[in-house]
Parts: sequence; structure tokens; C-alpha cells
Amino acid sequence: MEIVRHPRYVDESKCIACGACYEKCPKKIPDTYNQGLAKRKAIYVEYAQAVPLKYRIDPDTCIYLQKKKCGACKKLCPTGAIDFDMKEKIDTLNVGSVVLAPGFKPFDPSGFDTYNYANLPNVMTATEFERILSASGPTTGHLIRMSDHKEPKKIAWLQCVGSRDINRCDNPACSSVCCMYAIKEAVIAKEHSGDDLDCAIFYMDMRTMGKEFERFYENAKKKGVRFIRCRVHSIVPVGDTGDMELRYVTDDGQVTTEIFEQVVLSVGLQTPPELVALADRLGISLTKGNFCKTDPFEPVATSREGVYVCGAFQGPKDIPQSVIDAGAAASAAGEFLSPARNTLTRVPEIVPETNVINERPRVGVFVCRCGVNIAGVVDVPAVAEYARTLPYVEFVADNLYSCSQDTQDIMAQTIREQNLNRVVVAACTPKTHEPLFQETLIAAGLNKYLFEMANIRNQDSWVHKNNPELATEKAMDLVRMAVSKAALIQPLKETALNVNQAALVIGGGVSGMNAARSLSRQGYVTHIVEKSDTLGGQARNLHTLPSGDKVADRLEKLAAQIEADEKITVHLNTTLAGVEGFVGNFKTTLAGNGGEQVLEHGVAVIATGGQEYKPAEYRYGEDPRILTSLELDRKLMDNDPAIESARSAVFIQCVGSREPERPYCSRICCTHSVHNSIELKRANPDMNVFILYRDVRTYGEKEYLYREARELGVIFVRFDLEHKPEVRKDGDRLIVRVIDHVLGIPMDIETDILTLASAILPNREEKLARFFKVPLNEDGFFVEKHAKLGPSEFATDGVFLCGLAHYPKPIDESIAQARAAASRAITLLAREKIHTSGQVAEINPSWCSQCGTCVSLCPYSAPTFRSPEERFWPGKAEINPALCKGCGLCVASCRSGAIHLKGFDNDQIFAQIFSMNEAG
Amino acid sequence: MTKDVIGSVLVVGGGIAGMRSALDLANSGYYVYLLEKSPSIGGVMSQLDKTFPTNDCAM
Repeated sequence: MEIVRHPRYVDESKCIACGACYEKCPKKIPDTYNQGLAKRKAIYVEYAQAVPLKYRIDPDTCIYLQKKKCGACKKLCPTGAIDFDMKEKIDTLNVGSVVLAPGFKPFDPSGFDTYNYANLPNVMTATEFERILSASGPTTGHLIRMSDHKEPKKIAWLQCVGSRDINRCDNPACSSVCCMYAIKEAVIAKEHSGDDLDCAIFYMDMRTMGKEFERFYENAKKKGVRFIRCRVHSIVPVGDTGDMELRYVTDDGQVTTEIFEQVVLSVGLQTPPELVALADRLGISLTKGNFCKTDPFEPVATSREGVYVCGAFQGPKDIPQSVIDAGAAASAAGEFLSPARNTLTRVPEIVPETNVINERPRVGVFVCRCGVNIAGVVDVPAVAEYARTLPYVEFVADNLYSCSQDTQDIMAQTIREQNLNRVVVAACTPKTHEPLFQETLIAAGLNKYLFEMANIRNQDSWVHKNNPELATEKAMDLVRMAVSKAALIQPLKETALNVNQAALVIGGGVSGMNAARSLSRQGYVTHIVEKSDTLGGQARNLHTLPSGDKVADRLEKLAAQIEADEKITVHLNTTLAGVEGFVGNFKTTLAGNGGEQVLEHGVAVIATGGQEYKPAEYRYGEDPRILTSLELDRKLMDNDPAIESARSAVFIQCVGSREPERPYCSRICCTHSVHNSIELKRANPDMNVFILYRDVRTYGEKEYLYREARELGVIFVRFDLEHKPEVRKDGDRLIVRVIDHVLGIPMDIETDILTLASAILPNREEKLARFFKVPLNEDGFFVEKHAKLGPSEFATDGVFLCGLAHYPKPIDESIAQARAAASRAITLLAREKIHTSGQVAEINPSWCSQCGTCVSLCPYSAPTFRSPEERFWPGKAEINPALCKGCGLCVASCRSGAIHLKGFDNDQIFAQIFSMNEAG
Repeated sequence: MTKDVIGSVLVVGGGIAGMRSALDLANSGYYVYLLEKSPSIGGVMSQLDKTFPTNDCAM
């Protein structure tokens, strides 16, 4: 592959991001990071936390690069990093595979003349509005409008701008994310400006089909966000007030006008022309919406072998789905390159650890300015001077950005040169930065636990902005406390544990099989446990996919691959009887086929699936013509004559979903019904087909199906929760009554097939949740580690999640998540060894009274009793460091004071508390 | 798969998807080149204020 390196005009190895160049650069241009709402200079970093934190010169606006004049930055730069002679470079890389994650471009609404985006400053895009809400944005998070910096009292969001539109632009797809981000922006805007801020969202269908999205939507309604179903035609300025008039039609057909002080356009996601060109250069196919074409059973494979795709280039999607795809693409590339694993990676050099035990403490204190984040409020040099006076402090420095790579290198060098054996960093939060600084200690040959952090940013400069003097005093107090603890801390040992190289996948559906196949293809022995007598799960009940694929054919192929795979063992008719152990070393008892078997494995993937809700409503079960979606699929599979002879078919959506007792959207039913309505119309074009819906949620490129169905004559009738359709029998006739939302009058439809698009239910695997110590949410689905960033894994190490067990989703998304779960699992298996934390609880057995409080209390089952037969300390409690998370529950509850938490010992904590009271 | 392959991957794009993919690949034993056209990684997500449902700072 040939890649072009664009010149930065700043030498990355020299730039220390001091900002001297930025201060003096005379050229002011619109700040692209802030969507042009603020100004920046021609030399810039995109934002304060940018990685790498190195300046760049924009060659199109730099005065020197344009006219050979100025050059102020070059004169000023203390490290001589500016290099105006840098040239574009072409590098050739030899790679085994390519992953495309080039993203999307928000739609530019400038061309929509009726929206006046280009003319009215108070009409902005949702991306611009994100910057307005952001504390790091052009208004530092104050919700004000651009024309007069007034706080708006009424804000409107217009949905589907540049999406679901082939009239004013050529974007037929739904962008999937705008409904949700508009609601989020409205809720956050109300948090900023108070409850009296009037937020109105104008929409066509509210598409909140993600996990926990529907609840968020319902809560937004409760918080007073107004939802108005209407596509607004134009935004008209009201004189020169800066306000705008919107004209819309209410549900009952009344034309209304309303004045808003700010309008946000919920712009869609689209593929920019340069990506279309890139796809062409790479020879990969695109869809008609210009997204990367993939197969539902290979959701991250492009049309070219070895080239994979993830993120919004594959189709408009949100962050969790992008993260899932990213894992899937990594797994797919890894499967492709498996024979070459570890051939090109480098192992970091291990610096031997210096023994500091019995040495007098020599504390080094590094006070961070965090640019202006800390130094803008706290007098950093004064804090540094003060630190010099503290006991055991041998060295003090203040850093502009302690976290930058060059500062890290300098710190490691300083630790060695100054012979420091304890390090205190006064900066931001250990939550995000402790691991980074600990790496620096390791590089300097110090045990990483000889480190203490004082949070003088989040807990000081950020919260005491208006009181710099007291903030400086508080920073001194925090530093003194940290130093007093640091003097007492000791090096801690981490135990290395081998990771068993086998994997267990629970569930033999499409998700489970795909996870197992990915693990096996990357070289790991995998066991599938399936409770039924066959592989395939719910997919066995599906007829065809919108792509035209017969699910049964694809499923058969997949199952055949699994059965032929030598590394995969399938355990049918088997369930889990018990799980012992922990990440890297699980021992699971399998029960089935008349016996029990213990399996040792390093990781587990939960792919236990879901099930169809059997409706209690709409007379289900009273008439053979009333079916669930899966029962209709079965009839289609069997070529049931009832289908061909039917003159009329009705689908009722949201059966059991989006109801008070089940307040989630089942995500796939709209697409499923729309797809089947097309199948019915194709089988018999004269059939009258009706879909009764609340919102049509054919998100992403599934929107094409919705359009196709309408073109084929499928009739869509909307109803709301208060006026649900009624099903009755009149002799032999099956009749559905629904109130037409346009006419407002009841309409009777006689039907030969009534399909109830029933909800997807979780299996509520409470036993499994207990075995692996993983949570279920109130709906009964498993709760992932992080809704956005950890969708395919659990907070419990070594346990992963995919498919319907996580949330309802179609086959392609299930497969992507299965492979993502495998990818996450492989990052653990590939390490071969894991290190337990040094900060774990430890029991002094001579003080232990064997009361068992710790054993019963620990949420991670880390403490156990030693066997009464043991030679040393029989019957006393002990803690498994591999299971201990260092939470301290047992320490606080031990009535004998026998447990202590390493790194948080009593003397250390007391030293901190006592030094708090010593006025500086 | 017995064919000779090169144990490195080019990831095009340094947004949330590209970064996640690159990290997974690197931690699985493959050398990764991460390509980004702008001067820093992070993509569109870095421009967002907060993300649902945790209201975590998107940064």
C-alpha cells in the first residue's frame, strides 16, 4: 500500500506543545474542530487533549507558506521544531490486511435554501450545537445563540436533514443516530438552561431502537421535551430579531406557526466523495447509498479479500455499533493473518526493577500545569516551591503537560538521575492517568506502586475557578498529603498467572457459532455448549433476509463448518452446572447427556440468545390465521397455501414492545415485517397488505425496504399506545379495527393473515449471571461493561457477550458482535499470562478469628477458608489475589482488624489525614 | 490457511472504530499502522459533548 504523509511543518520529535507559536501567530482562521464557530490560528493543535499533542501548520492559511513572509513561529519556537521545508512524502507499507474505518461526513445543509442555514446565524447543525454544549467549545459550554449571545428560551430540532430524502438531496438512507442525538441534546440543553427551556423535536418517525434508548425517549417526554411529528418545510426569519418562524401541521391536521429563538438541524451521516474515490481505488463495491457493501453473514468483509470495514462507512451507525464492528473487523483481519501472529510485533524492553526496600524515601514531586487547565487558576510555581520544603522531597519540577510523551521520557530520566524512589504527580485524576505515570516508573526501573497522585485539576482548579488563592492553598494541601503518604508506600508484587488457552462459548446459535469460529480460526481450542439438540438457535425460525439470502442455507453452511472444525467441540443437550475460578483459569462443570464433565478454559463468551414473546393480546391463539412473525416465516418457508390464497394481510407492530411492562424497542420487528410485506406482495401482487405501526424503525439502509414496500402498495397506518388496533371475529371473518391517523375515524380491515410483530424476550439467565458474576438489567438482558466503549464484554474480566443475550438485533449485527466478543477474548488469550494487581487485600492469619464475615461479604468470592487439614493456619481465611479487586469491603468489615489493603494501609491513610490538618 | 501472509495491518481512519480495531489487533499480536488524515486521532466522537446514557464526556 502506498500512503501519503502530509507535512505537518512541525517536527513532532521536537515540539513540546508549549503554545508559544500559537500565541504569536498573527493569522486567525475559523476553527474547524469547533465547526467554524470560533477562531484559531494557522498553527494549531485541534484540541487540548489531542493525540499526539503536537502543533501543525495549516499550509493553506499560513502567511509564510503562502507568501514567504512572517515566520514568527519559527523565530519563537524554543526547541526549533518549525520546519517550513517539510515536503509531502510517499511511503510504501507492506501489510497483510487492511481495515477501513474512514468514518462519515455530517451532511452540509447549505444547499437547502428554505432552511436558510447559510444566512441565519441561529440555524445551526447538530454537530455545531454539540460544540456549543461542550465546556471546551466556543462558548465554554454556555448555551447561547450566535447572533446576539442571548440565551435562547425556545429551541427546535428538525430531524432527517440530509437523511431519508431523495427530493432535496440524494440520501435515501436513514442515518440511524439523529433521533437519539437530538433527544440527548435537548435533555442536556435543558440541564444547561433550566427546565423552562422549551425544546421541540420535529420528526417523521422516532427511531430509538438501541439499548436503553426507548427509556431515554420516554424520560425526555417526562422532562417536557416536545415531540412533534411533522417535517418542517422552511425556516423563516422574523424581521431582524434573530428569531425564526416554523410552520407545521399538528396531528389533528391544524396548520400552526410557532416562533423559535434557535433551530438545530439534525444532519445525517453520509460518505464524502473522497471516500467514494478511495473505494474505487481499492476496488471495493459500495451500496446505492455509497456505503461499503457487505454480506449479512460477513458484515465486516468488503468485496475485496483481506480488506475489512467498520464504523459509519459500512452504513450509518452509532458509537456502540461502530465499536462492535471495529472488534469484528480486527477479528476478521486476525483470522486472515493468523499464521503470521507475533511475527512483526516488538516486545517492549523490560527494565530491571531497583530494590528500594530499606532505603530512605527520596520523593520526586512533579506538578503539572495541564496547559492552562491547572496553571490558569493555581499558582503552579508556588506549589512547586512549597513542595521543595516538604520532608523527604529531593526533587521538584513543574511540567506543562506531564502526560505528553516527551515529558514522560524526561521524568523517567530524572527518576534515574536523581535516584528517586517515590514519585508524586500533582495533576489530574488517577482514574485516567495513573496507568500512564506508572508506565513511566516502570521505564525508570521503579516498582509502579511507588507512586502517588494528587488531583489538583478535577478536584481543585476546575471547581475553584473563581478563587485562585484558595485553590493554590488547596493544591499545596493536596501535595503535602500525597507526599506524606508516598514516604510510607512500599513496592508491591504482582502475581503472574497463566491464561488457559481454551475458550468456552455458551450458546450454539448464529452468535455462538460465529464467536467460536473466529476463536478457532485464530488458533484457539473452543467448546460450544448448547442446551438444545441442535445448532442454529433462533435463526432456524427465519425464512429469508432482506438481502434475499435463505437463512436456512447459510445456517447449514455455518453449522457444517463448525462441525468440521477440529478445534471446536460442540456439546449438545448440555447446560452449565457450576463455574469456579476466574479470568484465565475457569473450571466449568458441564451437565448433559447423562453425565458431568469439568472443562478448564481461560475465557467465556455468553451467547445465550433470546426468544419470541407469545402474545397475550390481539386474540393470539384463538384463530389459526393469527400468527407471530416467526410463525409467518415458517409458513413462508413451507410454501403454505394459506399465503398464496390470501387476499389481505395485516401486520401489527410493537406487540409486547414499547409497552409500560416492557419499555424497550425490539429493534428488528419493523424491518422484519416490512421485508415480509414485500415477500407477500411479490408472491401475490393483488394482496392488500397493511402494516399498523407506531414508528417505522427501518434504520440505516433498511430504509430502502420501507420505500420499496410503499412503492409496491403496502399501506402503512399509524396508531398510538392509547388507541391500539382491535381484533375481532365476525362469524368466520377476521377483522382488525384501527383508527386512521389522518381521518381520525375507525377503519375495519378484513384479513386472511394477521401477523403480530411480537417482542424479543431475553432468556433471563439468572443462574449464568450468578456463575460468572455478571449483571442482568431490569428487562433481563445482560449488562455490558460500557454502553458505548465496551459493548461486547463484561466488567468481570474474561467474560464476553454477544447476540440477543445483549439486546435484540438482526443477524448481521449479531455476527459482528460475536466476532467482536471473540476479538476482545483473543486480546486476553494472546497475552498468555496475566498479572494480578498489587493492590489487593491480605489477611494476617494470626489475627483471623475465622468468623467468616469476609467470606460471605466479598462480591468477587476472593476470601475462602483454608482447609482444616492444612499444616499452616488451618481453617483461617485467605484471599485469592487473582479474584480480589481491592475494593476494601473485607478490610472495613473485619472485626479482628486482620485484613489490610496493600497500598492503602492504615499508617498511609492516617499520615494523609494527619497532614491535612497541618496548615501550610 | 497455509498461504504466506504478512503479520501487519493498515487501519485507515483514527476515529473510535479505527482506534478500537487498531488496539484489538495490536493486542492480538499484529503490527498496526494507523492512518489518520487530520493532525490528531479521535474523529467525530472527540467533538461530541457528552454521550448517552452515561453522560460521560465524549473525550
